[in-house]
Amino acid sequence: MSMSAVYILDVKGKVLISRNYRGDLEMSVIEKFFPLVLDCEDEGNASPIIIHESATFTYIKHHNLYVVATTKKNANVALIFSFLHKLVKVFMEYFKEMEEESIRDNFVIIYELMDELMDFGYPQFTESKILQEYITQEGHKLEVAPRPPEALTNAVSWRGQGIKYRKNEVFLDVIESVNLLVNSNGNVLQSEIVGAVKLRCYLSGMPELRLGLNDKILFENTGRGKSKAVELEDVKFNQCVRLSRFDNDRTISFIPPDGEFELMSYRLNTHVKPLIWIESVIERHSHSRVEYMIKAKSQFKRRSTANNVEIQIPVPGDADSPKFKTTVGTVKYAPETNVIVWNIKSFPGGKEFLMRAHFGLPSVEAEESQGNPPIKVKFEIPYFTVSGIQVRYLKIIEKSGYQALPWVRYITQNGDYQLRTT
Amino acid sequence: MTDSKYFTTTKKGEIFELKAELNSEKKDRKKEAVKKVIASMTVGKDVSSLFPDVVNCMQTDNLELKKLVYLYLMNYAKSQPDMAIMAVNTFVKDCDDPNPLIRALAVRTMGCIRVDKITEYLCEPLRKCLKDEDPYVRKTAAVCVAKLHDINAQLVEDQGFLDQLKDLLSDSNPMVVANAVAALSEISDVSSSAAEALELNSQTVNKLCTALNECTEWGQIFILDCLATYNPRDDKEAQSVCERVTPRLSHANAAVVLSAVKVLMKYMEILEGSSFTQSLIKKLAPPLVTLLSSEAEVQYVALRNINLIVQKRPEILRNEMKVFFVKYNDPIYVKLEKLDIMIRLANQQNIAQVLAELKEYATEVDVDFVRKSVRAIGRCAIKVEQSAEKCVSTLLDLIQTKVNYVVQEAIVVIKDIFRKYPNKYESIISTLCENLDSLDESEARASMIWIIGEYAERIDNAAELLESFLEGFQDENTQVQLQLLTGIVKLFLKRPSETQELVQQVLSLATQDSDNPDLRDRGYIYWRLLSTDPAAAKEVVLAEKPLISEDTDLLEPTLLDELICHISSLASVYHKPPSAFVEGRTSARRFTLPARAEPTPPSAQTEASPPVAQQATVIPSHPPQGDSLIGDLIGMDFGGGMPAQPAAPMPPAAMSNSHSGVDLLGADLGGLQLGGAVSGGPMTAPPSAGGGGVVSSGGLGVVSSGGLGDLFSLSGGAGLTAGYVWPKTIWLPAAKGKGLEISGTFSRRQGQIFMECSITNRAMQAMGGFAVQFNKNSFGLVPGAQLHVPSPLPANQSSETSLLLNTTGPIQRMDPLTNLQVAIKNNIDVFYFSCVVPMHVLFIEAGQMDRKVFLAMWKDIPASNEVQKQFHCNVGSEMAQQKLAANNVFTVAKRTVDGQDMLYQSLKFTNNIWVLAELKMDPHNPNVQLALKTQALDVTKGVQEAYEAILSN
Repeated sequence: MSMSAVYILDVKGKVLISRNYRGDLEMSVIEKFFPLVLDCEDEGNASPIIIHESATFTYIKHHNLYVVATTKKNANVALIFSFLHKLVKVFMEYFKEMEEESIRDNFVIIYELMDELMDFGYPQFTESKILQEYITQEGHKLEVAPRPPEALTNAVSWRGQGIKYRKNEVFLDVIESVNLLVNSNGNVLQSEIVGAVKLRCYLSGMPELRLGLNDKILFENTGRGKSKAVELEDVKFNQCVRLSRFDNDRTISFIPPDGEFELMSYRLNTHVKPLIWIESVIERHSHSRVEYMIKAKSQFKRRSTANNVEIQIPVPGDADSPKFKTTVGTVKYAPETNVIVWNIKSFPGGKEFLMRAHFGLPSVEAEESQGNPPIKVKFEIPYFTVSGIQVRYLKIIEKSGYQALPWVRYITQNGDYQLRTT
Repeated sequence: MTDSKYFTTTKKGEIFELKAELNSEKKDRKKEAVKKVIASMTVGKDVSSLFPDVVNCMQTDNLELKKLVYLYLMNYAKSQPDMAIMAVNTFVKDCDDPNPLIRALAVRTMGCIRVDKITEYLCEPLRKCLKDEDPYVRKTAAVCVAKLHDINAQLVEDQGFLDQLKDLLSDSNPMVVANAVAALSEISDVSSSAAEALELNSQTVNKLCTALNECTEWGQIFILDCLATYNPRDDKEAQSVCERVTPRLSHANAAVVLSAVKVLMKYMEILEGSSFTQSLIKKLAPPLVTLLSSEAEVQYVALRNINLIVQKRPEILRNEMKVFFVKYNDPIYVKLEKLDIMIRLANQQNIAQVLAELKEYATEVDVDFVRKSVRAIGRCAIKVEQSAEKCVSTLLDLIQTKVNYVVQEAIVVIKDIFRKYPNKYESIISTLCENLDSLDESEARASMIWIIGEYAERIDNAAELLESFLEGFQDENTQVQLQLLTGIVKLFLKRPSETQELVQQVLSLATQDSDNPDLRDRGYIYWRLLSTDPAAAKEVVLAEKPLISEDTDLLEPTLLDELICHISSLASVYHKPPSAFVEGRTSARRFTLPARAEPTPPSAQTEASPPVAQQATVIPSHPPQGDSLIGDLIGMDFGGGMPAQPAAPMPPAAMSNSHSGVDLLGADLGGLQLGGAVSGGPMTAPPSAGGGGVVSSGGLGVVSSGGLGDLFSLSGGAGLTAGYVWPKTIWLPAAKGKGLEISGTFSRRQGQIFMECSITNRAMQAMGGFAVQFNKNSFGLVPGAQLHVPSPLPANQSSETSLLLNTTGPIQRMDPLTNLQVAIKNNIDVFYFSCVVPMHVLFIEAGQMDRKVFLAMWKDIPASNEVQKQFHCNVGSEMAQQKLAANNVFTVAKRTVDGQDMLYQSLKFTNNIWVLAELKMDPHNPNVQLALKTQALDVTKGVQEAYEAILSN
């Protein structure tokens, strides 16, 4: 289960800060880490887990930093990775950004945090909001030193005591991302909707919340099978939600953390028509030029409009002298990423737009082929959910009896949206 | 203002300056100085010389400063053990501080100072903190017990901390419970005495399940991982735990989900076959799929685990093929894992889609990924027979691309396809030969040579092609050299007239110019075979090869079961048991799946059988997959990749005993030896123990399957009047047979062997269309008639049937010799199981030998072929004689010497092997002496057991 030590390394593999939790591995073992990463990459078996003699390195990359945990045992790696990601998250919430500079600037508090986040290689407490109550930038005199917040060992470990707002409000965003994978023949290989319900809670005290959705299983259980409902394939909840209650009667009840958090996510496999469909005709005349004809089609209701549509079309790395023609939006060539970016600010439903591009190709062919990167699309459709999910109610009960206002927004956007090219 | 300024002082005399500052009267300067010390420590400078000065700052009323000093202590106490004592007083005092934060800090830090002298002082404060009124202190103290145990286990046990820790399992605070669980699991991992003391019981399990709902995500993982080590008493308890664990599948933390999956996968084994399991299986798929949208590293862990889950319970993700399609921006390690799972899930329905994907992947940039994709096409061809043709044409398309590494990889897999479907796709050989020159990798060269040798009769210029390889023989890698040797010998046997010179050349290259023992030995064997008995050579070298099967890339079942208990741990990622990579005592605790609900029949060597399980982990570094299952075939030396497994689809259960690899060459020789006893063939070199091959290549020795022999003695004890018949045992439990349960035994009546079975339909609907088939086996047993089972067989009905067996079938040596692999087909599926044929049913009626012949033969057989055994027997010699005669063991002569009865007996096997016996019985002593003499030593063990079974009845 347990981690021996945690290190944060810079891009060249130099240790910026570290914490030895168990003392069962020499701290200097980290010197082996970076050369091993490079070796593995060279040999083509890159992996986030590297074993070296009796030590196992597990690491994630955050921007230019390596966050590494070592272990000597048959540790729970899923736990290690989710802890490392959580550690980065806590640091981000403390310092906005986690980079070489912010680590040097805050090394004292980082040591304090590392002491509190984990003990003897066992993750302990990773709620940054509660941590901020007693691990702060200011030095404390012992007389006024903070005591451990109750939340630290409470069943409700995510919410502090005595929160007060003048105006009690909850903002609820239902965000659905569409993942799409289309092969080069235009067949949809995979299409799924990943939804998330995000909350921004500005509520006083210890409020009890209950969220009602048009969940199909709930409707069937309660005999409302005929109403329009959505079948949620797999639901994941923030730790504040009472899982056993949901398992029993599909009620989503919880005491929310303060501020912004993701309450739940869900996945649906329902096959929907791809919201934005791209047809591409690519004509390669090797050694001279390549021509693109891109047709973008919006396949949702006319009432809705997709905003900030961005279509990225890959081009060969050695293409030059771009020429574009389009009636709508702007087209740019981004040579650093080898793509054409076609931006359409506003794309109403049921429309079809066309773009043509023309590139020159050098007469000498590049040695390395770059494969066939897919076309990617980004978009946002407000006031609309593909799945048809609806918030039926959000009940807020607090013992002081205040009235709170829930605000609900819906939005659909692209997730991993890829169309393979030929 | 930031802390970075503390890093900037780098001038000389720094330590001296810091010393002065640390001893300053001003608190602020002191604090600044400690920060500078910590900054130096952070960048790796040695500041241990400041130890006394820093420790002096420990007694402070500033919390931040205190934490820094503690941090310093943790880092340097070990290098200054004597001075560390100075800190003890402050620690002890801090453990009594009114502020729980400081009490916890002190006990936490003290446990991290791994200095023996300090440890002694830790006991009292720790004892107090374990009973602290504040849960934050208690939970910190719980972990501290584990720390202390790691430093001084004896102290912890002597001081009664384990009991205190155990009490914390009932603590009112869930976080304290979770940390106590973590500490207990850790201690149990390293100390077996502690593990016994801390054995979970239903009550504790119940408490853990309650705490599960209320503790942090990390605490939930500690508890779930602990529950996964518990073996529930009964179905009811297992089900209730599952019900309380299932809601965790909806947790946002992927590690919580995986640990919950682990508990459910383990407990399902106990609940096998119930409708509850079915509902669990349905609940498992969605969370597993969702794990694929986590961070790449978590995805990787999830995929490695899904790989295990798919092997254990393919039904869970049967319909989820598409989520494993590779995305362009997946990291390479995710891509490769997805590929592997795609092949595991491939079936007739989705194969077209899979192939289209694989072809697409084969045009990507990443060379490794492309290679694996091409290999995957080959694996699909072998796995899904209906797709073979399509796969072959896809591979041909890829060969046309002329991309060097694609072509080579394609040739390697085509070789495997030839092995699976002989005489079907040979028309493409000419296309392959066109690419001969571009092959520069040894595996591809070896594959090509194998193809040319195997199909030499159809390739006009085979001799010329092979000769071209021979020029650089010395420079080739061993794999290629071995192939070339075998290939040319094959060619010679097929076209002796034109290739005499070539074969001479290769044999002399292999035997005289090579210092590789494998190559030399193989060369000598061929040479001797060819020179003494070309017909035998033909039989050996051109023997029909067992088909390779799709199951070869599966993990060995006992290993798989062990890994299922380690889901989400490193072991599950490496696909190795923890003992293979964790040092020392940690591997003392081993987990395996609990036995299934049905009693495990001895004949099916399933995963639950402990001796076999033991063996699987004794081998220290288990290769992740494949290699351990390789059957080294005489003409096949391809390690890794596509391991070849002799014998067509084998039931996973049967594979457990062949995991060490069946050396077919050895097996062939063993077969010769069996026959040789009769024909007096040319091969007289006795096979080494356990039928190990003379040519040992690839370092695969034969590990005799310990414990399997015991099976004989396990089942004895039914009455005997005529021929002794074993009681029926369950061969195919209903859970494995989709409701079909088969139990049975073998008997010999009127000179015929019968397989007696009871076929029971435990499924909900009727079954029909039964048919039976045997795999090749040591004694050539084949069904001599149709299987008579009423069709349809209604639900919950049993049918008794006797199947006449002949011994005229194809022969392949099995291990153990009497192993018989059976396939039973019905309208639902085909089921495979293996059973053991008791040896005495193979003794024939014509086993009575003439006295003189007996004497002559007894003398003829060398003393080294005599095997002695002593066993217990309660019958007199008269009775013994009768009992044995009823089982075709005939007494040739009887003598009485010194009051002891000596029986001289003979018996003959269906395949004409004679066994001579001398049975010494003393009327006053229940121990009897049995001496056996035979040319075929392999059968003696079975004969001894037959004697024992017959006489003890």
